[in-house]
Amino acid sequence: MADMTDQEQQLVTWLADMNEDDAFALAKKMLVEEGANPLRVLELCRNAMDIVGKRFEKGEYFLPELVLAGEMLENIGTIAKPLIKQAPGGEPKKLAKVLIGTVHGDLHDIGKNIVTFMLDINGFEVKDIGIDVPVQTFVDEINRFKPDVVGLSGFLTLAFDSMKETIEAIRDAGLRDHLKIMIGGGQVDDTVRSYTGADAFGTNAIDAVSLCKNWMGVAA
Amino acid sequence: MNTLQTYVQTPDAKTAYDARWQRVMDCVALKQPDRMPTAFMATFWLAKYGGISYRQLMYDYEKTKEIAERALLEFEPDSPAPTMLAIATGNALEAIGYKQLQWPGHGTRDDQPYQYLDREYMKADEYDDFLFDPTGFYLQKYLPRVAAVFEGLEELPYLPGLHYFRLVAAVRLFAKPGVRAALENLMKAAETVDAWAGHHADFTRRIAAKGFPMSYVATAVSPYDLLADYFRGATGMMKDLYRNKDKLLAMLDKAATFLVRQTLASSKAFGHPIVFIPIHWAPDAFMSDAQFKTFWWPSFRKMLIGLIEGGVIPMPLWEADCTKRLATIRDIPPGKCIYWFERTDMVKAFEVLGDVVALRGNISPSLMTTGTPAQVDAAVKHLVDNVFNKGGKLILDGAFGIPDETPVENVRAMFTAARKYAG
Repeated sequence: MADMTDQEQQLVTWLADMNEDDAFALAKKMLVEEGANPLRVLELCRNAMDIVGKRFEKGEYFLPELVLAGEMLENIGTIAKPLIKQAPGGEPKKLAKVLIGTVHGDLHDIGKNIVTFMLDINGFEVKDIGIDVPVQTFVDEINRFKPDVVGLSGFLTLAFDSMKETIEAIRDAGLRDHLKIMIGGGQVDDTVRSYTGADAFGTNAIDAVSLCKNWMGVAA
Repeated sequence: MNTLQTYVQTPDAKTAYDARWQRVMDCVALKQPDRMPTAFMATFWLAKYGGISYRQLMYDYEKTKEIAERALLEFEPDSPAPTMLAIATGNALEAIGYKQLQWPGHGTRDDQPYQYLDREYMKADEYDDFLFDPTGFYLQKYLPRVAAVFEGLEELPYLPGLHYFRLVAAVRLFAKPGVRAALENLMKAAETVDAWAGHHADFTRRIAAKGFPMSYVATAVSPYDLLADYFRGATGMMKDLYRNKDKLLAMLDKAATFLVRQTLASSKAFGHPIVFIPIHWAPDAFMSDAQFKTFWWPSFRKMLIGLIEGGVIPMPLWEADCTKRLATIRDIPPGKCIYWFERTDMVKAFEVLGDVVALRGNISPSLMTTGTPAQVDAAVKHLVDNVFNKGGKLILDGAFGIPDETPVENVRAMFTAARKYAG
């Protein structure tokens, strides 16, 4: 973002550097005391999250930073969003729709939540349908939400079969050709990708973002 | 409760028992064993093997013992896991009203494994309480939160500072309905938990009579993982690295001390030197090298040294990929530990750690569950050729034991290949 004031630049830097207290105090001051445009403040937040994502990609940041970044964004959002008066036309157009959930039999959600957050701040419209999601629910949600990409998450080895069944059901419902399917989780590798019939697998949130961007023809 | 039966160990079985134990001990001492030892850590896979439900496996002691023994007699591992403690937990969990797991009949289906519930069991603003008085925090806050049987202990008197007539008067709080109920419930639950432990002791003797020594009995946890998994929850802990850094570091240091004391006591009570320590939060992908060296490793190293000095052989299972941590976790006395790796490249681990620790693992879970026996055979050969035959003190096992869904023929292939390629 080229045309930033010093104050705006400061907010972006503090957010990107995980300086939570100062960043939150400044965002609050800008929004509540100085009447800054809430859409502009949220844009600054997204800008900071881009930097966080790049640092994650470079191996400078890890899960703690992604989690804290998510929390900082949420806290500032809680103040900013009620102040938005006009229609949120300033929001950038979403790149694509991603449906994500943890497959049936598996209750784990930490990885899925981080992937959801990273896709969201990278401009995707993400619908998270939770954990232990039955096969039919995935099919129904695909029909309703019409995603471009489906993300299947699972931490346990039982998830291999659940992913396979889910992908087969998507195929049987005639929906497979219209979307890309990615799988992720602690035990997932290319052997599992091949077994389940997914298009790709990922071992972290950046993999998920890169896969979606590549599929949508967006420069990663 | 007396669940012990009499078993006779024949001279042949004793010879086999001693040879199996010696193989593992040779590896620990970094001496060449007579052949590559094999370990057998199966949990819910045993249900598949025995044709029963996961729920039955957790609750039916005799059936579980029978299936586990049958598997040992078929695969003849050198180092089997304490099946009863690891898996036949249903009655004990139910007796104490354990809240941190869902298990068959209690949140998961009869054919699903138990799963841990990641929650904040201690709030961020409770560090001071826990740091100041860990025992008080356990009694009045933590225990009632994690198991129903402890509910009521919140009403106990605050113990530090009790003295003279104040001490005498405080005893009346033990008559409070909540405390009275908790104590009565605890005594009742203790009988069920004791029976479970009795079945473990019985199974230990039963398989010893057949020539099989247990791989380990006591378990422990690293200080960081204790706080992350069982107190703060995954995301709470990650935020604490920034928000509560000093208190977290103080707590980790304190936890190292009490975990050593507790682990030495349990290892001594069980009469077994090897302590299994599953490690969840060390992987490369979870935190930076600087964070690992600040928050994760120092308290665990302190714990490892304390355990080693107390005569224990720590066996951490480094889950996921810990390749970037190898140089750091090398910093321990040689010949005292077994490092079990899940996804870390074992050849790389051998190169970095081969002169410091015995290694255990690590046939890939995806290969075990979806591959063919020929692929499993090739994976074992790879480890034999590149680790064991090059001097690595390798105890062969699956990456985290046998995954629940593994076809039986792949398990057979793993043990057959171990004999074929390494004695």
